[in-house]
Amino acid sequence: MIIKNKTLVEDDWLTLRLDDQETVENIVVPEGKVIVPLKVWLAQRDQLQLRDDIGVWFASDERPEDLKEDLQRFSLIAVDFPKFSDGRGYSIAFNLRARLGYSGELRAIGDVLRDQLFYMRRVGFDAFAPRPDRDIHDALKGLEVFSEVYQTSFDQELPLFKRAQRKGKSSAIQKNI
Amino acid sequence: MYCYDEYDQKMLEERVTQFRDQVRRRLANELTETEFLPLRLQNGLYMQVHGYMMRIAVPYGLISSKQMRMIAQIARQYDRGYGHFTTRQNIQFNWLSLEDTPDILADLASVQMHAIQTSGNCIRNITSDELAGVARDEVVDPRPYAEILRQWSTFHPEFAYLPRKFKIAVSGAQQDRAAIQAHDIGLSVTKNTKGEIGFRVFVGGGLGRTPIVGSEICEFVPWQHILTYAESILRIYNQFGRRDNKFKARIKILVKALGIDEFRRLVEEDWADNKDGPGTLTYEEVERVSSFFTNPDYEKLTDHDSKLNEFKADNRHFSNWMLRNVKSHRVPGYAIVVLSLKKPGNAPGDATDAQMDAIADLADRYAFGEMRITHQQNIVFADVKQSDLIDLWQALTQLELATPNVGLLTDIISCPGAEFCTLANARSIPLSKLIAERFDQIDFQHDIGDITLNISGCMNACGQNHIGNIGITGVEKKNHEEWYQIAIGGAEGNDCSMGKILGPAFKFYQVPEAIDRILQVYLRERIDEGERFIETVRRIGHKPFKDHVYASEFEDVSVDENEVDDNTVVPAQYAIPFYSPRF
Repeated sequence: MIIKNKTLVEDDWLTLRLDDQETVENIVVPEGKVIVPLKVWLAQRDQLQLRDDIGVWFASDERPEDLKEDLQRFSLIAVDFPKFSDGRGYSIAFNLRARLGYSGELRAIGDVLRDQLFYMRRVGFDAFAPRPDRDIHDALKGLEVFSEVYQTSFDQELPLFKRAQRKGKSSAIQKNI
Repeated sequence: MYCYDEYDQKMLEERVTQFRDQVRRRLANELTETEFLPLRLQNGLYMQVHGYMMRIAVPYGLISSKQMRMIAQIARQYDRGYGHFTTRQNIQFNWLSLEDTPDILADLASVQMHAIQTSGNCIRNITSDELAGVARDEVVDPRPYAEILRQWSTFHPEFAYLPRKFKIAVSGAQQDRAAIQAHDIGLSVTKNTKGEIGFRVFVGGGLGRTPIVGSEICEFVPWQHILTYAESILRIYNQFGRRDNKFKARIKILVKALGIDEFRRLVEEDWADNKDGPGTLTYEEVERVSSFFTNPDYEKLTDHDSKLNEFKADNRHFSNWMLRNVKSHRVPGYAIVVLSLKKPGNAPGDATDAQMDAIADLADRYAFGEMRITHQQNIVFADVKQSDLIDLWQALTQLELATPNVGLLTDIISCPGAEFCTLANARSIPLSKLIAERFDQIDFQHDIGDITLNISGCMNACGQNHIGNIGITGVEKKNHEEWYQIAIGGAEGNDCSMGKILGPAFKFYQVPEAIDRILQVYLRERIDEGERFIETVRRIGHKPFKDHVYASEFEDVSVDENEVDDNTVVPAQYAIPFYSPRF
C-alpha cells in the first residue's frame, strides 16, 4: 500500500536497489513494473527504453537535469530520502515539477514519515511510500496540517498575498496585541 | 508593529495543534527521539543542562507590552521567574518540562507569539536594526521587509531540512546595526541613484568555528525580486551544501569552496527560471505591511528642555545615563532610551518576571507600548518624550535597569555558557560577572569609551566573540579548570572584522587581569580620547598588546572545586526523564 492523491492505494511497483555485489551495468532489471535507480537507467538506457513499465528514482545527491531529455516518457519518478532529515529531495521534487515541468506521478520513497508529508506534498510529491514499519493510516494524517500557507510552491501557484484580501493596519485584529 | 490577521492567527493555532500531537506521540513512544528532534527544534525546544530550553521568537526584535507581560507570566508559571534575552533578539527559558510546552505555545499564540523555527536546520528568526524607524541615519525602514521575509520563511516547505541553520538579517541604515555580514544572508535595504528601493545582498557570513565576513553576491536586487532571489540562494544551498560533516555544513563553507563568482553563477542560473515568478512581491503587499510600521502619534515638540539640562548638571548618575543610554531621535523632542540588562553582578541579558512586567508598564506609559530587543541583549524604548526622561530614569533606576554602561566595557554580550548549554566548554555568565565586577568603576569605563566585549562558552560563538573588540572564547575544561582564549580586533557594523587571537589561553580567574593589561596598552597608545579602542588596535596592530599581556607571569589562581552556583543545582523535577537523548 502507498498513499496516492491523499488516499491509500494498492501498489504493484517494485523499487530496485543495488546491493554490494551489483553494479549499474550488470544488474538485471526484473520483468514487471520496476522503479530503477537513475544510474541504472542511464547505464542500461538502450534496453530499458524499449519497456513501458519502468520508473526511475533519484538519490538525494542526484540532479533532475540529468534526466531532462527523458523526463516526460516516465509515468512514475521517485525521490529517495536516505534519512528523513536529508532535505535535498524537496528541491529535487520542486525542480522536477516547477522548473522541468514533469507531470507524472512523483513518489517519495525511503525514510518517509508522517511529520514530513505536508511539506513533501507542497513541493510536488503526490505519492508517498511511508516506511514499512509505520502505520500507513497514521501517516495519512500528516497530509492535513495547515489549512493555509504563506508562500508559493508547486502546490500553490500564488503566495497568500496574491490570493487573499489581507488587511492593513486599520482593519487587522488589534485586540490581541 | 505588525498585527496578525485571521490567516496568520489560524496558521499559528494549527501549529500549536500539530506540536501538541507530536509531543503526545513522543511521550507515548510513537516517535523516537531522533524523529522528534527536528520537530521540537523547529518549535524552539532544545534539550539542555536543566531539561528543556525554549527559545521564543521576537521577530526582528519588536515586542509589545502585552506580549512582554505574557513572557513574564510564562517565566512565573512554567519557569523559575526569569528569562534570558539572546543575541538574536529572542527570549529563552531554561527550566521547562516537555509536557508543558504545548500549553506555553498556546499561551504565546494568544498574543501572536511563537517559537517557530528558532532552532533547527531551517530559516531562523529574521533579525534587524533595533533602531529601525527612528534612527537618524535610516535610508529605508527595514521592518516591512523583515516581516515579509518572516512570512515567506515561515513553514517554507522546501527549506525545512537544510544542511544546517540559516540566519537572515536586514538593515536599512547607513550604519549597519544588525551585523548583516555575520549572517548567512545579510540584506542592506537601500536606494539606488534613481531613488528606487532594493537590496545589497551579502551571503556566506557567519561566526562559529569558521568565522567569515559575508561576501557581496549582488549589489542591487530590486525590492520586487528579493523573495525569489533569496529562494534561489536557498535552493542552491539546499542542493549543494555539505551534509557529511555538521561543522562544514553552513552556507559559508559552500560559498568559500565554490568561490563567490561560481556560487553567484549557480544562483543566477536558478533565478533565471524563478525571477518574475509568482513569488514576485507586489507594491500592494509592501504597502499593506508597511501600514503597520507607521509613526506613532508624535506631539509637536522641540529639542531643548531646560529642566533636563538643569537636572543633568546636578546629577552625575543621570548625566552618565543620558550620555550612554539615551540616543538622539529623528523627531524633535523625542529620544531613544536603552534599558541596560547589564548591571554588574547580573547575568547579561537576564530579566526577572517582575522586571518584565514593570518594563511593559513603563513602555505603556512612556513609549507607545512597544519595545525592541537588541542583539547586545538590552531593551530599547524607541519613542520617549525628552520631557519624560527624568521620570523614566528614576523608574528604571529603581528596577536596576539604568546602569549607564551601554556600549561600554561592562555592556558584555554573553551566551548562557556551560551552566545551561550542553555544547559549551566553559562557563560564560560567571566570567562576565567577574569581569563586570573588576571594571565596575563607571568613570574608568567612560574613560575607555566605546568598546565591545563578547563572551562565548565555546567555538560555536553564540556570544558573537569573533566580532567583539575583545572576544573571549571558552576553549576547554580540564581538571575543574576552565580555559579561555582572548582575541582582539573584532568588530561589527560597516567595517565588520573578525578578531585575532592574542596568544595562549587563560584560566578563569586570570581573564580580568589579561583584559586589564590590554586596556593599559590602549590607554598608553591611543592618540587621544577620541580614538576608540578598535581604532587603536587597527592602527598599531596586535603586537604591542600581545607583548604587554604576556610580558609577566599571571598569578595562578584556580577555581575552587567546591564553588557551587545556585543555578547549577538541578531540582528534582528536572531529573533527566526517560526520553532524554543523553540516555
